[in-house]
Amino acid sequence: MGEVIVVTSGKGGVGKTTTVANLGVGLAKAGKKVILVDTDIGLRNLDVVMGLENRIIYNLVDVLEGHCRIRQAEVKDKRYENLFLLPSAQTRDKTCVTPEQMITLTNELKQQYDYVILDCPAGIEQGFKNAIAGADHAIVVTTPEISAIRDADRIIGLLESAGFRKIHLIVNRIRMDMVRRGDMLSVQDVVDILAVELIGAIPDDEQIVISTNHGEPLAGKDCIAGIAYENISRRICGEDVPFLNLDAKKSIFFRLAGLFKPAS
Amino acid sequence: MRLFHMFSPKTSGSIAKERISLLLISDRADCSPEMMEMMKKDIVHVISKYMAIDFENVELQIAQSDVKDGKKAGRVLLANIPIKDLRHVS
Repeated sequence: MGEVIVVTSGKGGVGKTTTVANLGVGLAKAGKKVILVDTDIGLRNLDVVMGLENRIIYNLVDVLEGHCRIRQAEVKDKRYENLFLLPSAQTRDKTCVTPEQMITLTNELKQQYDYVILDCPAGIEQGFKNAIAGADHAIVVTTPEISAIRDADRIIGLLESAGFRKIHLIVNRIRMDMVRRGDMLSVQDVVDILAVELIGAIPDDEQIVISTNHGEPLAGKDCIAGIAYENISRRICGEDVPFLNLDAKKSIFFRLAGLFKPAS
Repeated sequence: MRLFHMFSPKTSGSIAKERISLLLISDRADCSPEMMEMMKKDIVHVISKYMAIDFENVELQIAQSDVKDGKKAGRVLLANIPIKDLRHVS
């Protein structure tokens, strides 16, 4: 029986979709069978980040309304055999799905997959309620900005009152140069403020933009964000991976990263 | 580096931390500033029966207590009430 993880944030634009795509690739590289579900109905995005936009035939709403079987809507990834996408519908809206339908769907998916990762829409309305309904584990993504932290705190409160026991935090787009000169909250500051367990921090890395341009998530690649995402994927699998020292000078980091790179 | 910071004005990062911490307190409390003000008045009223306090500078906060083993350890109501005179005033 697989695990259903919802990736959420409250605020838009903090990197939920990028995180979902990269965790999908990271977990698939670790040999897990993974499906990514885009629950942002009306604002479909995960397909482009994955580079699968031209392969979509059916979508999430088609499945929930019984127009097709789940298997028919699943899109297989270009590079990984064991990674799949269930795309969202672009021409519908959030109100055409109910939390009950999502619970039924995730229950079915977790019979066949090790990990079901749900990309949650921004906001706290219907779309959020649908996305969290069937999840066992929540990962909250935030950036070190006060607007994103405030929304993350609200989301954590809502997840707790919805009965979530397993809530983890990803601090995205950390810029160590700014943290060092005191112009950005540190990862530890954000963890202290939100008081939930950290599962990883992603440095602001231009490689993320480049990989999104190509439609190929970079988890596991030889860049700092790629390694950070791979480490989070391994932590999700239960491995005890030490946190990257983002503070180290870049050159030293890459030397170390080279040393510790898994021989795959 | 640190030495320079000691003499320079507050960094924008520490201002952000202060602002978001205060903001989350009122967000989490889910109680309006008016209600906080009423509660403050009531608390001050009770304590004033027993000692002279500096009414102007009373501070009331709802805060998250420290993180223990990565879990939230609950909320606490913090009241900072400066005392003017400890003697009984009635």
